[in-house]
Amino acid sequence: MAEENKVKLLGFWNSPYVRRVELALKLKGIPYEYVEEDLKNKSSLLLKYNPVYKKVPVLVHNGKPLAESHVILEYIDETWKNGPPLLPQDPYKRAQIRFWASFVHQQLFETMPLVFKSDGEAQEKALKEVFEKLSVLEEGIKNIFPGGIQIIEHENVGLLDIVMISVFGPYKVYEEVLGLKLIDPEKTPLLFSWLTALLEIPVVKDSLPPHEKLVGFLKFIRQDALNSTSA
Amino acid sequence: MAEVKLIATTDSLFCARIEWALKLKGVEYEFIEVDIRNKSPLLLKYNPVHKKVPVLVHHGKPIAESLVILEYIEETWKNNPLLPEDPYERSMARFWAQFAGDKCLWGAWEAAKLAEGEGKVKAIESTQESLAFLEKQIEGKKYFGGEQIGFLDLAVGGIPHSLSAMEEAGGVKLLDAERFPSLHKWAQNFIEVPVIKECIPPREQLLNYFNTSISYIRSLSVAKP
Repeated sequence: MAEENKVKLLGFWNSPYVRRVELALKLKGIPYEYVEEDLKNKSSLLLKYNPVYKKVPVLVHNGKPLAESHVILEYIDETWKNGPPLLPQDPYKRAQIRFWASFVHQQLFETMPLVFKSDGEAQEKALKEVFEKLSVLEEGIKNIFPGGIQIIEHENVGLLDIVMISVFGPYKVYEEVLGLKLIDPEKTPLLFSWLTALLEIPVVKDSLPPHEKLVGFLKFIRQDALNSTSA
Repeated sequence: MAEVKLIATTDSLFCARIEWALKLKGVEYEFIEVDIRNKSPLLLKYNPVHKKVPVLVHHGKPIAESLVILEYIEETWKNNPLLPEDPYERSMARFWAQFAGDKCLWGAWEAAKLAEGEGKVKAIESTQESLAFLEKQIEGKKYFGGEQIGFLDLAVGGIPHSLSAMEEAGGVKLLDAERFPSLHKWAQNFIEVPVIKECIPPREQLLNYFNTSISYIRSLSVAKP
């Protein structure tokens, strides 16, 4: 019985991709064993289970490995039908969720590092791009939350919420490190109320990396990047 | 007023994937060709976020991003399923579809567009390593989907055709038959399937596109003072 439905997650404390999968498992109430990987010294288990990318997260279910967070999230939704669904039933709504999850991931998340690793004009340019994309997201999700957002219940947290939290859940940390407002309730009121509502949910709040630890990490990354470019 | 419209161009393999899926499922659709270089108003209306093709419009509602569209088609028209039933097998199809795009197609583009040098050699090596993974997936199978064409065949389908044109335009050899015999055989079979053949962009068009893009990109690096 112990071997049936055995779930193992190979992860790293500061990986937003890993956080997505952990949050999904917790929301669905799926018990799992967590294995922290040292990414500078990858375990033979990781190399065995993800020979293609050699990255985390890797979900191992009944001995079968899966990689790539968006693939894993859909797998979790299709395999554990008890607990809240991560995607709606309607194909068009599912398409919207997938589209915006891809947008948050590719258009926003992938431009964020440059904001941290640069200053002056380069940083201004990167920030401008991020703010433009946040505006597009603000506009785009009006169809998903037609009545605005006040409260989100635990069982209504879905795939797009999970991806959004994995990227912008720690927005207060980013604001502290950068010394500016990233999610402004006046510029992007829907995004602000969305994140606020999600962070009220205990399991979501607990999924964030520890505040001080992340501040320290990001400050280090920033200093390191700025030092190497000014050499 | 067609119920299903496909906003597309005839020289895009991403658009071809959608046509293949619709035809395999016997879905009637209206093909609406747009000029992406001149940002046609139809494109701005139906895909304001990315302003790209393909866009599927069903009952007036637009869906963009080719893999998102494929999933929508699969979920809406349930005949001739493209994805397997088993969740793990479905995940594998999705995983390899993403991999093929990211590592094989874009990797090949990197290798093709660079002028001779260390960067080009590295890009070629890396792309061939990725192709080797794909070769393993098709070994001993008629299609990636098994006996029938599936989701992964559609996702990978345009790649050999694209690669062939990229190879000629960029002066590289990537998908050679000796190193990748199974992939080669699959590619040749796939392209002969009637519904596939009728939607594939003509090689001349692709070659033209890559020749122009590559000349432009290489001229930029030469023009540095």
